[in-house]
Amino acid sequence: MSFSEKTRNIYNQQINEIKEGGLFKQERFIHSPQDANIEVEFPEGSRLKNVINMCSNNYLGLSSHPDVLKAAHEGLDRRGYGMSSVRFICGTQDIHHELEKKVTEFLDTEDTILFPSCMDANAGVFEAILTDEDVMISDRLVHASIIDGIRLCSAEHDTFKHSNMDHLEKKLQLHEDKRLKMVITDGVFSMDGDTAHLDEMAALCEKYDAMLFVDDSHASGFIGKTGRGTHEKYGVMDKVDIITTTFGKALGGASGGCVSGRKQLVEMCRQKARPYLFSNTIAPVVVSGVVKVLDILSKTTERRDKLEKNADYWRKGLTEAGFILKEGDTPIVPVMLFNANLAQNFSKDLYEEGIYAIGFFFPVVPKGQARIRTQISAGHEIHHLDAALEAFVKVGRKYDILGKTKQEIIEKYGM
Amino acid sequence: MDEDIKKIVLDYVIEEYLEDEDEKITYDTPLISGGIVDSFSMVSLKRFLEKKYQISIPDDEATPEAFDSVNSITELVEKYIKED
Ligand SMILES: Cc1ncc(COP(=O)(O)O)c(C=O)c1O
Repeated sequence: MSFSEKTRNIYNQQINEIKEGGLFKQERFIHSPQDANIEVEFPEGSRLKNVINMCSNNYLGLSSHPDVLKAAHEGLDRRGYGMSSVRFICGTQDIHHELEKKVTEFLDTEDTILFPSCMDANAGVFEAILTDEDVMISDRLVHASIIDGIRLCSAEHDTFKHSNMDHLEKKLQLHEDKRLKMVITDGVFSMDGDTAHLDEMAALCEKYDAMLFVDDSHASGFIGKTGRGTHEKYGVMDKVDIITTTFGKALGGASGGCVSGRKQLVEMCRQKARPYLFSNTIAPVVVSGVVKVLDILSKTTERRDKLEKNADYWRKGLTEAGFILKEGDTPIVPVMLFNANLAQNFSKDLYEEGIYAIGFFFPVVPKGQARIRTQISAGHEIHHLDAALEAFVKVGRKYDILGKTKQEIIEKYGM
Repeated sequence: MDEDIKKIVLDYVIEEYLEDEDEKITYDTPLISGGIVDSFSMVSLKRFLEKKYQISIPDDEATPEAFDSVNSITELVEKYIKED
């Protein structure tokens, strides 16, 4: 046996440190499909509680949509459960190819390649297309999966201050002598709900001959007038060279991701991206579901329009009640509490009131910026939002933070 | 130590890495181990110094330890200015 007492103790100590640091994560068991209302077992063994879900990425309410379920069933019946192969050996069905074409059309790009997840897309894409003669310049708040991809790539890496275009320009000047330059950003930033200024970024990229990379995981399907993403919102559909996105959020919420963009870049991924080459193909049932999702979204903007209305309603309600929000116009609405303990207690009390929303604090967000991140869905009806608002107000009163300034909340509860 | 170089490095670090105007750093503040500069962002600091002083700092000398304070960075820069 090599898992000795000494080894065990080392791990126990590390786990204890995580607990003592207040960073221990615990799962909550959900006994129902993903929806506005869910049945939750928490803590483990307790009676099921029906709560309103305010923290899923099910932005368009498609995760349990009957048409998507039906398409998935048909996919299962016609193309089987699994492929037991990576894409390039015997894991590519006609429907994988069809989905790639549909994504290309939907995002208005040149070509698309599927990955097992967007985490995998981000992990593999940079290494596949850049070398040590090149430079990657990323926003300082990009998603963890992009950071991992950057680490795996031999190109030089530099950062610019979050959404600071002057700083980005300085960095483009600093690295002007590189063979290839790539500017990297999230379209919608998942912790703050703000969007990257892609119009300005595209202009800078043109000026300095740099490629533009956007992770639109929290945008595909609902940001922009017809839901194509952040590039649509900023009117630069033809100026983004690479988009990575996930099917695990608004686009049905099952799993899978992709790299979509310039033909040559997608081709390089097909030849070289390791998560594409060395991980199994997406299951037919999931592929069939996503194809259906894109069909629905190409026909009507009804769902993204409803989502926009819901998010406006929710922001307005919270603001009028006297909460401090992070500014933005996406369905990600962070309610600022600043103090980590307060955020945790607030979340617990909300749960007692039948509202499921999670507190975020350091290291997920900077110190002193703890918050409850709420996420609105087209699956929410106004009565869900009203009930959630009522609970927020009740708990907000309990902690006496309504109408208080940031300074006052920090004085009361600490950073 | 060259006071000019020290001042230039300090100003650059403040301008480049501090997000909050209330934050204060000195010549000795631990930058990387103190979480002010992540080891990723060291790259731009290195490049800035190389361009500014027309020097070349080998990668194996550009360690997180050598870049951990304005003082240690200045020492490193001076070493390569002299070598040139
Ligand atoms: C910005 C961003 N990129 C990538 C991912 C990863 O997506 P996936 O779940 O498909 O791996 C996420 C999900 O958390 C994300 O928020």
